[in-house]
Amino acid sequence: MTSQATARRVAIAVGILALIAVPYAIGEVYYVNIASQVLLYAIFALGLNVLVGYAGLVSLGHAGLFGVSAYVVAYLLAAGYGHTLAIIAALAAGLVVTAGFAALALRAIGISFIMITLALGEIIWGLAYRWISLTNGDNGISVAARPAPFGLSLASPRGFYDATLVVFLIALAAAAIFVRSPLGAALCGTRDQPRRMNALGYHVWMIRFWAFMFSGLLTSIAGILFVYYNEFISPQALALTASAEGLLMVISGGAGTLLGPVVGAALVVIVKNVVSAYVTRWNFMLGAIFVAIVVFIPEGLVPGAVRLTRSAWRSAWRSAGRAKSAASIAGPKP
Amino acid sequence: MTALNVDSLCKSFGGLRVTTNVSLKVEPGERRLIIGPNGAGKTTLFNLITGELRADSGSVTLFGRDVTWLPSRKRTHLGMARTYQIITLFARDTILHNVRLAMLGLSPLRWNPLLALDRQEHLTDQARAALARVGLDHIAARPLAQTSYGEKRRVEIAMALAQNPKVLLLDEPFAGLSVDERQDVGKLLRAIPRDVTIVMIEHDMDTALELADRITLLHFGRVIVEGTRAEVVADPRTREVYLGE
Repeated sequence: MTSQATARRVAIAVGILALIAVPYAIGEVYYVNIASQVLLYAIFALGLNVLVGYAGLVSLGHAGLFGVSAYVVAYLLAAGYGHTLAIIAALAAGLVVTAGFAALALRAIGISFIMITLALGEIIWGLAYRWISLTNGDNGISVAARPAPFGLSLASPRGFYDATLVVFLIALAAAAIFVRSPLGAALCGTRDQPRRMNALGYHVWMIRFWAFMFSGLLTSIAGILFVYYNEFISPQALALTASAEGLLMVISGGAGTLLGPVVGAALVVIVKNVVSAYVTRWNFMLGAIFVAIVVFIPEGLVPGAVRLTRSAWRSAWRSAGRAKSAASIAGPKP
Repeated sequence: MTALNVDSLCKSFGGLRVTTNVSLKVEPGERRLIIGPNGAGKTTLFNLITGELRADSGSVTLFGRDVTWLPSRKRTHLGMARTYQIITLFARDTILHNVRLAMLGLSPLRWNPLLALDRQEHLTDQARAALARVGLDHIAARPLAQTSYGEKRRVEIAMALAQNPKVLLLDEPFAGLSVDERQDVGKLLRAIPRDVTIVMIEHDMDTALELADRITLLHFGRVIVEGTRAEVVADPRTREVYLGE
């Protein structure tokens, strides 16, 4: 094993331990809940990033997909079904709707793709808002209780955080495996040179379709966690602003990087919840931060940090080298 | 059996007829050069042969199989490979990854979402071998963005060769190269074994002529002259097209 691989393993282990330790470190229930929100939105952003970052397809309709699975869980629980059935049905419904989104939106790329996803997302929002007999309209649907998988209760903030962390780590690992896989490489190829990929023998449409499905799966999982976290769902969660916030997470953190969406989700959720306690105009703060990121580190926080660290290293290395060569020139004379 | 048979192919963009009744018969192992002035419809003809454009009428047959209605990715799986006149490569990736993507395109592995691509040693080894054929294996790990124009041209050819094509379509492989680089690429193309059939578009005749067995001259989307090198060069219509007499 190379030293680089060892370093990576150590970094992953430290990262996981740090995430496990978060609730113990911050203690206060309010902040533990925010940490759970960060993780569930991070899963949402990871899903969106598969399309935005790796496929080069910007979706403005993902809050709709997020909402489908959340509503299915809430509806089935309210109708008296169990958690297992509700979750499985929610994932299935999420995937079916995703396939419909993909079939319609993948007829286009670029701005047209954005507009189609926007329209589809708004249709789902409209259904949630107006199909009152099914969705209870603006009043939303409440969920009576969180599940208790393997006898572990998720009712407490810590219990819920731990469960969300497990799901988050699985989602992150899945995204990491996908990105390094041949299909992931093919997806990046369709982003950079779709025409060439076609000429090389790839089925560009089908590659994008599977990427959309993977994105929809992660988004649906985030939607299920969301409805259990809030124990409530209303059309607000499906609104265009929610899709835009997801994009904000992906782009501010670094689209097309593995950890970028996670950092972006943390940024947006923390500004929304923590800063809003001190600053009334927190929306302005979020906007200002976003503008600053776009101006100074347009590639996003994670790749930007990597670039800055590297150039700092390099300049330190260079000045050390200069000192050494200066010493050798001025070195001892015989 | 004819390697590539193009039969009375037509294509119009609106009122502009860019390909009119073009027919070509290329035998296995042949080196066919397609020449013609700017706007003669050479690249359009290539796009029709590879399927990037749909023909209005006519047919394309690859080793006896009618591929006229097949999408271009399927023609690639049947042994067609092409290079582009305007370099069309993956600028964010290394040279090695560019070639590896070319090989992955023909492998069922391309659908796999679980395996790590970097661990597929056989793909990496084959990509290195393809790069060695064009003399670029020593810079395989270099990001494509940091390579010269001449090297990029050779990566284009390496990617096509890596697919082990039966019919190789080269769209101006010498475009924009210096005299020395032209000689290198010429040497490289001459080294391609005769089980590969080559159809090459070239604007500039000097370097390309000596590679060709037969030459087709296109002008305003029509075949004007076709024949051996000597026949085409000697034909008065060639002079007319090129010198405008």
